[in-house]
Amino acid sequence: MTKPAEFYARDRRWHPPAYARDYKTSVTRSPQYAAISLENTVSEITGPVFGHSDIDPLNNDLLSNFAQPGQSPIGERIIVHGRVLDENARPVPNTLVEIWQANASGRYRHRKDTYLGALDPNFGGCGRTLTDAEGRYHFRTVKPGAYPWRNWINDWRPAHIHVSVFGTGFAQRLVTQMYFEGDPLIARCPIVNTIPDPEAIDRLIAPLDLNATVPLDTIAYRFDIVLRGRRSTLFENRPEGN
Amino acid sequence: MPPKLPYLKETPSQTAGPYVHIGLAPGAAGFDIYDQELGHDIAGPNARGERIRVEGLVIDGTGSPVKDVLLEVWQANANGIHAHPEQPGETEDGFRGWGRVITDFDTGEWGFDTVKPGPAPGRNGTVQAPHINLWIVARGINLGLNTRLYFSDEAEANTTDPVLNLIEWERRRATLIAQRSERDGQALYRFDIRIQSEEETVFFDI
Repeated sequence: MTKPAEFYARDRRWHPPAYARDYKTSVTRSPQYAAISLENTVSEITGPVFGHSDIDPLNNDLLSNFAQPGQSPIGERIIVHGRVLDENARPVPNTLVEIWQANASGRYRHRKDTYLGALDPNFGGCGRTLTDAEGRYHFRTVKPGAYPWRNWINDWRPAHIHVSVFGTGFAQRLVTQMYFEGDPLIARCPIVNTIPDPEAIDRLIAPLDLNATVPLDTIAYRFDIVLRGRRSTLFENRPEGN
Repeated sequence: MPPKLPYLKETPSQTAGPYVHIGLAPGAAGFDIYDQELGHDIAGPNARGERIRVEGLVIDGTGSPVKDVLLEVWQANANGIHAHPEQPGETEDGFRGWGRVITDFDTGEWGFDTVKPGPAPGRNGTVQAPHINLWIVARGINLGLNTRLYFSDEAEANTTDPVLNLIEWERRRATLIAQRSERDGQALYRFDIRIQSEEETVFFDI
């Protein structure tokens, strides 16, 4: 058994604030009182454990996980890969990474999406995988299209893939979005710009990774994910929980 | 310039958006893709303790139910043990203690079935009152909201709970107490979460 260790405090000036006026939905969905800061207890340090029995190994292949036999979705074939690390730069092995996205037209396979962009009969838009012993993960998919949304009347989301990660403790639970290098919509997006620090925005932009492409087959982008790190040896001589 | 510390920065959060179900609950989005969706069964069939149901709404700053929210549940078993290698003790076979819950698209109502957790150890030798950790994401929520659900029939334990007692405003503590009733002979707890109001639910920076 590893010794229980608490997570480094979250830097809430690095993350987007709850209230971000230009992202209109946040106006009524942001608490007006400050969050109460807790020192971690066992309830925050622990979190769900997933294993290979929970998922199918092909769940990470969006090019095939919804396609009819012999068929492929339409769009730019890409690999999204990277590592899940913590703030101490240690790999986070065996953790669940889930993604979801629109198709190449910018249309989601969701009963609430009524955008004109066409559904692709061979594309579902979700995938999941467990990181390996070094924290690595990868997905195959198509590059999603930009799509319009009702915020201001001419707002368009940059191409993005939603990413959900667990880590080892419930306090590390994180949902974010990955953007693509060079997309001119990134700088114009009210959701991206909820993040105050330009350096923080850069962390969500996946660079093109030609070294990871499969020549004549699939182009690649690299997206590393960093979860909260934890204290370690510094406090080990103190009684547990102190 | 002083030397730069070697730590990495946490990946910044972004909203889960309106279509979170595609990734985390595709059946609700309208298509079945996985053999098994995760998070449907929190306690499993072998868990000891009282079977309970929890129901509620997430309510926005206009008093309206939020109909596109996704909640995750994290809790100990009836003995106060979390199914995780870092807490000593055993949990029952099949007890995960984690679940994923979505709201009804028309009414915003959500609910889950589980067992009532037992008291878990707190810091410095204290004991925490039975509680369930909740994490809430949705369109318009930029960073997942963390809160805790406590139980109205644990008034004595709640009085000494170290986390509840961190809340300086005593009247705000009541926003974390789920109200017990009974339906068809089964324990039912009502827990409405108010994201933004005078009676706003307490959220934690954990």
